[in-house]
Amino acid sequence: MKQKLSVPVALLALLMTVMVLAQYEVIDLYIQTIILFVGINIIISSSLNLVNGHMGEFSCGHAGFIAVGAYVSSVLSVALFTQDRVFGAPLLPPQYAFIGFPLVLLAGGIAAAFAGLLVALPSFKTRGDYLAIITIAANYIIITLIINIDKIGGARGFMGMKRVIFAMEDVAEIPWMILWVFLFTILSIIAIRRFVSSTYGKGIIAIQQDEVAAEIMSVNTNKMKLIAFMLSSGLAGIAGGLYAHVIGYVNPKSFDILKSTEALVMVYLGGMGSITGSILSAVLFTLLLELLRPLQIIKWVAIPLLLIILMQFRPEGIMGNRELSDIFPRLKKFYRFK
Amino acid sequence: MESLVQNILNALQWGSFYSLIALGYTLVYGVLLLINFAHGDIVMVGAYIAFFVSSLLLGHYHAIPIALSGGVALALTIPLTMILTSVVGVSLERIAYRPLRRKGAHRLYVVITALMCGLILENGNLALLGASRKKFPEMVDKVIYTFGTVSVTNLKIAVILTAFLVFFLLQFIVTKTKIGMAMRAISYDKFAVPLMGIPIDSVIVFTFILGSSMAGLAGVLFALSYPILDPYMGLTIGWKAFIAAVVGGIGDIRGAFAGGFILGFVEIMVVAFFPSTYRDLFSFSILLFILTLRPTGLFGVPKTTKI
Amino acid sequence: MTVLKITKLTQYFSGLRALADFNIQLEEGELVGLIGPNGAGKTTVFNLVSGFYQPTEGVISFLGQPITGLKPHQVTAHGIARTFQNIRLWNEMTVLDNIMLAQHSSLDYGIRDLFFRTGRYQRREREIRDLAMELLEIFKLREVAEEKPKNLSYGLQRKVEIARALSSKPKLLLLDEPAAGLPSRDVVELIDLIRWIHREFKIAIWMIEHQMKVVMSLCSRITVIDFGVVIAEGTPEEIQHHPDVIKAYLGDDQL
Repeated sequence: MKQKLSVPVALLALLMTVMVLAQYEVIDLYIQTIILFVGINIIISSSLNLVNGHMGEFSCGHAGFIAVGAYVSSVLSVALFTQDRVFGAPLLPPQYAFIGFPLVLLAGGIAAAFAGLLVALPSFKTRGDYLAIITIAANYIIITLIINIDKIGGARGFMGMKRVIFAMEDVAEIPWMILWVFLFTILSIIAIRRFVSSTYGKGIIAIQQDEVAAEIMSVNTNKMKLIAFMLSSGLAGIAGGLYAHVIGYVNPKSFDILKSTEALVMVYLGGMGSITGSILSAVLFTLLLELLRPLQIIKWVAIPLLLIILMQFRPEGIMGNRELSDIFPRLKKFYRFK
Repeated sequence: MESLVQNILNALQWGSFYSLIALGYTLVYGVLLLINFAHGDIVMVGAYIAFFVSSLLLGHYHAIPIALSGGVALALTIPLTMILTSVVGVSLERIAYRPLRRKGAHRLYVVITALMCGLILENGNLALLGASRKKFPEMVDKVIYTFGTVSVTNLKIAVILTAFLVFFLLQFIVTKTKIGMAMRAISYDKFAVPLMGIPIDSVIVFTFILGSSMAGLAGVLFALSYPILDPYMGLTIGWKAFIAAVVGGIGDIRGAFAGGFILGFVEIMVVAFFPSTYRDLFSFSILLFILTLRPTGLFGVPKTTKI
Repeated sequence: MTVLKITKLTQYFSGLRALADFNIQLEEGELVGLIGPNGAGKTTVFNLVSGFYQPTEGVISFLGQPITGLKPHQVTAHGIARTFQNIRLWNEMTVLDNIMLAQHSSLDYGIRDLFFRTGRYQRREREIRDLAMELLEIFKLREVAEEKPKNLSYGLQRKVEIARALSSKPKLLLLDEPAAGLPSRDVVELIDLIRWIHREFKIAIWMIEHQMKVVMSLCSRITVIDFGVVIAEGTPEEIQHHPDVIKAYLGDDQL
């Protein structure tokens, strides 16, 4: 019972605290945004970890899928719930935005999952560094595709998502995005955890360790790759949708290879195949980015330098392939990650 | 017809840059199985080094007694840039990659380190030199040869010739010299190479010298052709050259060379017929398509798994 | 009943013939051997049967159904399991997970069950676990269930691999040089183990083996191939005295 309840209760308490603090403006908008970014980055890093860590592929185009999710959900929510210059009158009454929003996010995730096919299908025939290139190419293809669709702003970017948030706030004046980011972060983690801790999902870990043995010992490796890539890119898409609505503006440039690099850094900083590692590194990385903001451009010298030094000391990432509960067995009382 | 010839010439030049850079990727990859993601930025560093060296030689800083003439300055700039750039490349290997390898880190951690090194080079440059772009000095008078409506500059011819020259030189080094054979041997069997009497580290350093000096050369030629330098200039061209190397079959010199030209042709031809915003979309889709047909690149040999 | 029937199996690798016109028929409950000098094409036969290679020519049928052209995991789902010449366990997983995972094709729950941890999911996971534990028990591997295979001795790893193969409930077990790399004391134990598996699980076993002692004492029937061609077939006694076999193994000048 203790194991079953302690984590949900703690998470609920955390959510309530943050929401109340935000509601009464004890924490300002800046800090709220950082908290939101932490959540989004947790989804990004743990979803990429599914492919790069658990399955052992080297996908470097995660930002492409984030972009698909961001754009699809933004366009949907703007078209459905707001008066827009391009898309005209809202298709649904704006007061339903708070119900429709999670569905819109899911739609973005599903679209991103299908974009994941761009990478998943070639992965049947090729792996390793060749697949890495395909992922980079996929990232570029998605970005340039967006740039060439004028209706959604092309290279100028797309905005109007703030109005969706306002529509939600018209119904109830609460920090909606904190709620959504929190909810979807938790759901993503649960989904990933349940996947890799099931015998079915462990098929991808078998692929990482010996693909030939996996295929011969009854794992349908192609199907598993398809599922892992689609799950990973789908979750990235949800993260993208959240990101777009937190910022209120998206631009194809913000999903280029640099964004993918950030995702990679979080995965390898945390440790390949460690969910808690990915969470931890997402938190650390997001905070680091914000703490070093005053350094301006030097920040982008300092952070890589810091990471290089860190990797010299821990060449397997913070957690290696272990989970927090492996290092502190007492935690197993409260939750199990494997 | 004329515009086709013109486009082919442009594609050859554009492809030459990709090829020179792709060769550097492929050399390092062939030896270490390391995707040296900092390579594109080393090209940028090469261009900047060339900028400072040539400015110095042309007497812009009043640091040398006489200002050299453009031709002499260029003749000195090229080897100096290649040497200095390879110092940068080898330093990265010594400071960042080698210690990680020694610790037995997962291969991908070295790749991430390379990515980080690239970021440091770009942003370090921006922090040091500021955001203003540098104008590369013009060292050789531009000569334009016209054949009917097709025109070609002396620079364009030089770039294309250099790329071919470098390719044949590398091909010779890798297949005919002892150290070149050692380079090829390492990727097959790391432990057998020292038995041949060649220390692994020397081979690796030699590889980085070769690769980075090619990057330096590419930097000079690029700066001569497109004389505006900025710290992020190596980023996109680097990624694309890497893709070109893979399409050719990474680790294979002929593959990198061919891949670079294929990418160059595709890009120039797309722009000739479509709006330029479609360039990346088309070129990457085509590359993706090639890789789907030949999963290990044009020259890559599929690895057979033994069980 | 015929378990495995191979007719006219031929395999070329980029123009090179690795196997020519190979025929065999395995009956229920048989224990048959496949021997031959290094590079004779023995493992190629196994790779073809398990679907890892697609044959250039020929038909493989299993329990009366053609399985040629199926993917390896489909072949396994039909009831053929195998081990590898060089042990191929998933080294970073626990031994228990290794055994459980080999039941991947018969999990019988969907993605939805997995995400919602439905009753079906929990029941099936429990059953899979129980079966794996049972196997570990009878293979006396219970103590190492939570160990990683890479930390086990070579002999134990072999045992885990055989247990993993059996966990998919095969009707035919292919053993690729099970005695390779084992010290002679362990070889005796291995012979007993295989005999015991054969009796206890009532399955057909087809094995490749270099060590004559193993094949001769276990197999009722042996096929000998050399350069991809069958050179002899028969009982261990017949094989031992077959002139072509002696020639293939020892070379011409010995005669």
